[in-house]
Amino acid sequence: MEFVASVIAWLADPAHWQGRDGIPIRLLEHVELSAASLLAGAAIALPFGFLVGHSGRGAFLVLSVANVGRALPSLAILGLALPFTIQLFHVLEFWPAFVALTVLAIPPILTNTWAGIRAVERDLVETSRGMGMSATQVLWRVEIPVALPVILGGLRTAAVQVVATATLGAYVAGGGFGRYVIDGIARNQLDRIFAGALLVAALSIATELAFAFLQRRLVSRGLRAATERTVPRTAT
Amino acid sequence: MPVEFRHVTKRYAGDLDAPAAVEDLSLTVPAGQTCVLVGPSGCGKTTTLKMVNRLVEPTSGQILIDGVDVARHDPVKLRRGIGYVIQQIGLFPHLTIGGNVAVVPELLGWHAARCRERADELLALVGLDPATYRARYPHELSGGERQRVGVARALAADPPVMLMDEPFGAVDPVVRERLQNEFLRLQADLAKTVLFVTHDIDEAIKLGDRVAVMDVGGRLAQYATPSELLTSPTSEFVARFVGADRGLKRLSLRRVGELPLAMPPVARVGDEAGPARARTLADPFPYLLLLDGLGRPVGWLDRDRIPTEGLLEERLAVPMSPLLEPETTLRDALSMLLAAEVQAGLVVDPRGAMVGMVTADQIGATLRAEGGRTAEGRRPAAAGGTR
Ligand SMILES: Nc1ncnc2c1ncn2[C@@H]1O[C@H](COP(=O)(O)OP(=O)(O)OP(=O)(O)O)[C@@H](O)[C@H]1O
Ligand SMILES: [Mg+2]
Repeated sequence: MEFVASVIAWLADPAHWQGRDGIPIRLLEHVELSAASLLAGAAIALPFGFLVGHSGRGAFLVLSVANVGRALPSLAILGLALPFTIQLFHVLEFWPAFVALTVLAIPPILTNTWAGIRAVERDLVETSRGMGMSATQVLWRVEIPVALPVILGGLRTAAVQVVATATLGAYVAGGGFGRYVIDGIARNQLDRIFAGALLVAALSIATELAFAFLQRRLVSRGLRAATERTVPRTAT
Repeated sequence: MPVEFRHVTKRYAGDLDAPAAVEDLSLTVPAGQTCVLVGPSGCGKTTTLKMVNRLVEPTSGQILIDGVDVARHDPVKLRRGIGYVIQQIGLFPHLTIGGNVAVVPELLGWHAARCRERADELLALVGLDPATYRARYPHELSGGERQRVGVARALAADPPVMLMDEPFGAVDPVVRERLQNEFLRLQADLAKTVLFVTHDIDEAIKLGDRVAVMDVGGRLAQYATPSELLTSPTSEFVARFVGADRGLKRLSLRRVGELPLAMPPVARVGDEAGPARARTLADPFPYLLLLDGLGRPVGWLDRDRIPTEGLLEERLAVPMSPLLEPETTLRDALSMLLAAEVQAGLVVDPRGAMVGMVTADQIGATLRAEGGRTAEGRRPAAAGGTR
């Protein structure tokens, strides 16, 4: 009980809400790092997934990337990224963690995008072509919108993983909530470690919720309800 | 626009020893007519259709639309000018019904407002109230309604040529019969050049101006009008495919609407019972037909059970003869009468209003009269179209 109270006290302490090491700045750093990595991962994995899914060729590539990605521990990637980023940017902080998290984000986005597009019924694709859609139109007007729930699912998994793992960035002098955990260990401050972990967990849940909201907004109602036949509504 | 096949062959494997999916097919579908391709599963019907819009490229031979080889068109542009309906319908699940119907107009770059207008127009054309349906999604529709949307979508850009691959294959017989009748009404107005695939010979006879019977291996066994097919099949295969009940099938060549329709004594709900009773007693037909305010049949009253005074009420009437449409074939009408164990069927217009009455005796008489005669000239298109 005493411990819980001390964590709450730590979080409530106004001193921890301001300055270079304050929660708002650490939140900003954490979100910045996670968002940048997710976007970079998406920028690589989405087009690749679209291409492989649409053409039906190169599936083994997707599967190998996914398997290798799952097998590599994030910490190892971080270690591997370290020498390169030091050479490239001459600083630690952001870049090694960014590279490691981008690599982490790619497999779930890639596999879901590929699988989602593969799962679009071939009849639907064939009618689309039969109606006079070009290959790009089939992709953008049919395959991607129909696969969207699955694609967003991949982004969601990646985002949550990235947010949780971004904690590691603190190992290589990066910012974010990981700082509290790493510094707490160094200074042997249990309340700081625990508060840091709590903040990471809260941010993961917030990410999850944000994606659930996005999914609701972006996915067509026709797809969301596709499994449960709804009662026909009267005209509006 | 006429569609012409010239010595078209398709082998999927590509090598010459592979069995052909379609073998040296030559036939012409005259402009504005319906050609039904019929044959056993795997005989190359779908392949034939897909070669027209170049979803499949022929191994050899040519297909001409309006005299121009389809191979000379850009496939994407070509397809936008050809309506395409398949059995699985392939409605876009993420688009509303209105959005589905407007796909081709959108691809053609029409303005949004015009696309919407056109979608409404077409939904109405296939019998779906636009206000009710346009904002729904495909999963909120029944199978028959989806089929209609599929047809509406294919018609959206008013293509002169339509390809329909078992478009009514996935619905129950009653809905199928209604969709067929709708197809005939539409086609009478629109006069598209239609290639229609089915493996139901009755559907082929009912809908086709001409029927192409195909055999496995993609060979054309006979290409003829439905009545020729029934009266003089050119091979054992065709005779067997058409079936032993050719005489009965000939009833499929005639429509209920072509018969002189009788009218039983009728009265409306809310009419005075007395005069209606007097009229019915004076009529040779022993029943009074009760109609609702819109002229739709409600049910029958035995003439002895009509009250002598007061108003006619709906609850007095007993339902109901089968409802037929003018496009219903005599064969379907007969089977409906037999199934319902009644003597008379009521013919109603698309709104459900009473048009007239058909009796089993009448159909029997037609069958006897048809005996030797062929039913040529049943439609203007069939009468005029020699090629
Ligand atoms: N994409 C393809 N690759 C290889 N062979 C094919 C392909 N499509 C069809 N075939 C073969 O070509 C033949 C004709 O097929 P098609 O689909 O045209 O038949 P169908 O008459 O439409 O049959 P059904 O009534 O079952 O739909 C069949 O033997 C089929 O196995
Ligand atoms: Mg087929």
